[in-house]
Formats: sequence, structure tokens, C-alpha cells
Amino acid sequence: MMWSAAKALMVRDLRLLWRRRGDALQPALFALLVVVLFALALGGEAQALAKVAAAVLWLAVLLAGLLALDTLFRGDAEDGSLEQWMLAPVPLSWLVLVRTFMHWATTALPLLIATPLLAELLHLPRAQLPVLLASLALGTPLLSLLGAVVAALTVGMRRSGILVALLALPLYVPILVFGAGSVAAAAQGLDPTGALLLLGAGLVLALVLAPLAAAAAIRIALD
Amino acid sequence: MPEFEPSHPPLLAARGLTFARNEQPVFGPLDFSVDAGEALLVQGDNGAGKTTLLRVLAGLLRADTGDVAIDGRAASRSLRSRAVSYMGHLPALKADLSALENLDFLCGLHGRRRGQLPGNAMAIVGLAGYEDALVRQLSAGQKKRLSLARLWLAPSPLWLLDEPYANLDLDGINLVNRMVQAHLRAGGAALLTTHGAYAAPPVRTRMLVLERPS
Repeated sequence: MMWSAAKALMVRDLRLLWRRRGDALQPALFALLVVVLFALALGGEAQALAKVAAAVLWLAVLLAGLLALDTLFRGDAEDGSLEQWMLAPVPLSWLVLVRTFMHWATTALPLLIATPLLAELLHLPRAQLPVLLASLALGTPLLSLLGAVVAALTVGMRRSGILVALLALPLYVPILVFGAGSVAAAAQGLDPTGALLLLGAGLVLALVLAPLAAAAAIRIALD
Repeated sequence: MPEFEPSHPPLLAARGLTFARNEQPVFGPLDFSVDAGEALLVQGDNGAGKTTLLRVLAGLLRADTGDVAIDGRAASRSLRSRAVSYMGHLPALKADLSALENLDFLCGLHGRRRGQLPGNAMAIVGLAGYEDALVRQLSAGQKKRLSLARLWLAPSPLWLLDEPYANLDLDGINLVNRMVQAHLRAGGAALLTTHGAYAAPPVRTRMLVLERPS
């Protein structure tokens, strides 16, 4: 039952993504925009760019995720799908987890794949790329899970664009610090493992707790 | 008359059910029960609390006092999810998916009655030929029919139908009545809200009239 519901939800999200493939590109285009504008503003000087490349990429990914966050549950709340989720014979938190995973896979994963390209654009030293990718691979699902709680809290409101960002940013800051910090540590020749392990621990914790919190928030928001 | 006493506990029973929003009573206290093979027609004016009552029974809202029993057992979340199908004002359909894709998803979510296929259900509700039409291209009445198809496929014995006749033509109203009749004959039960004097399904029907609390 759990798996058939998860599969149904995944198939639905993939079909929806395909029907609205123009919208699906938005986060990736936004991140590209941020990166290109940074590169232009800093004058395209390789040395200056290399120093900030990791931080800029992390910021671009984080902001793109924030931009896409409001779409996580909004559509399903407006057409009544969330009501049916709540009445389904599978736990709401499980559906929330699957939905968040799909949202991550369709908004953050393309960015992750494009990261080597964007990194090249910013002259990121090749040696730092694996650390950057590892930190993003651990950090972006964590961002999505924490974002899911915030999106669930605001799902009952009509217009909540900036509110979502305001609520999510304090939660995002530690992830940004450790994520970008791990690459900065690697750049200085230090061991980035500690920061990565902390991100991993955070991810495991959020995997367990965030869907429960988000499900509770949805039940409250749709009361 | 003891010979009319049902041997089973009623499929749905509510005792002393009240609900208040911001300390304003919406309905209650209500006592009623619905047996298998019966329909309960919930009538009342706009704002009398019909939708709220159905949402409380479905478990989307929590009653302030009183309790609900399904098949003689206190209604827990998991019991409700297996026993109850709820059709509300929001159709829970994705505008960008086709009619059949929507049914596929909802069947995956709620499970499917043995021997029922989405294609057949679409034919029953009169949507044969619309399988691949996007839901955004369907009319309000056709969306309602698609919701009815979803209901038909769901395995739950208890139907909670909020204004099932809204947006439907005469043929559609007959369709709802026929579906409710078939569902009841198969041992199910249904709660229907209606604000007007629509043709009620030709089945054993109880009435519950809600009045706006003064």
C-alpha cells in the first residue's frame, strides 16, 4: 500500500512535470542567472572568481530552491488533493516525504547536475569540485526537507511568497554555513569531512523528523 | 419491535457530536446512525454546517465533543481511511493531467475495489471517450462525474458526499442516484448533503435536518 501510493504520486509528479516542462526549468535558469550576473559583476577576473565561486554556487542553489519552495504543496492544497492525501490509508508524512523527494529531484537535482558546468564558468579550482558536489548532494535534500516544513506551515495562506522566504532563511543559514564552509576549508587545505558529516547527520535527522512536522503542519493549516 | 433491530452495529454512529468555530457553535449536539444499506440525507440551509459535519465525520476536522463510531468501533484515523470515501467541494483533480491519469493516481492513493477498472468506471459515469482529455478541458459537471468515478473505484463502504448533485444535469442526478442505490445494495452506506429538494435516491433514507444555531 505504501509503495503503490508512493509510486502513484511519483508517476503523477513526473507527468505533471512533463506537461509543464517550461516551468520546470525555472530554478535552473534562475541559478544560471545568479551565477552569470556574479561573474559579470566581479569583472570576469579568474582569481577573484575562484575565491568566491563555491559560495556563489551555494547561494545560487539555495535561492533557486527558495524560489521553487512555494510550489511544493500550494497546487495540491488549492485543488483539494491534500484533503485526499489526509484521508488516504497511508500516513500523510509518508506522502509528504515522497512529494518532497520528487520536488527535490525535479528542482535541485538538475542544478546538481549542472554544477560542474557552472563551476567552470566561475573558475572554481578543479580540486574543490568533488567537495562542492558532496556538500550540495547532502545539503540540498536537507534544504528541501526543512523547506517542506515551512511550506506546509504557510499552505493555508493565499499569498505567502515572501513569508516562506523569511521563515525558511534562518533555518537555511546553518546549512549554507556548513555547506559553503566545507569547500572553503578544502580550499585552505583543511579537512572538509567534519562539515560534511554534520550535513549528513542533519540530513538523517531531517529525513525522520521533517515529514512528521510537515504533516502536522498541513493538518493544522487545512483545519 | 425487536425484529427490526439490526444484528450488526451501525456502519456509522455519532453520539453527542458538536463542533464550534471560534467559540461559535456550528452544529450539534447531533445523534444519528446509518446502517449498511441506508442513506442519510443531510439537509439544511447555506451555512447550517452540512459541509463541516461531513468534514468532521471524514476526520478532516476534530469534533469538540461527542464521538463517532464506524462499525461499532471508535473511529481512528486508520479505520476511517479504510472505511470512508469523501467527495468534497474541491475535486482533487489535476488540471494538467488527463482524466484517466487522474483516476490512476487516486486509485493508487486510496486503493481500488476488486474487479473494477478505471476505464469501466469512466464508462459508468458517462465519460467514455474522454479518457485522454485534459481535466482543464472538462466542464464542471464532467469533473463532478470524474469524481464520482473515483468514488466508484474506492474500496470503502461509507460514502460521504458533499452536494453530489451540484453542477449536474438531470441525467447526472439520476446517475448519482443509481450509483448510491448500487452501492447500498452492495452493503455500503452513504451520507449526502443537499440544500434543496433534489430527487433523493430511491433507497431506504434517513433524514437529518441541520438548523443554523441561533
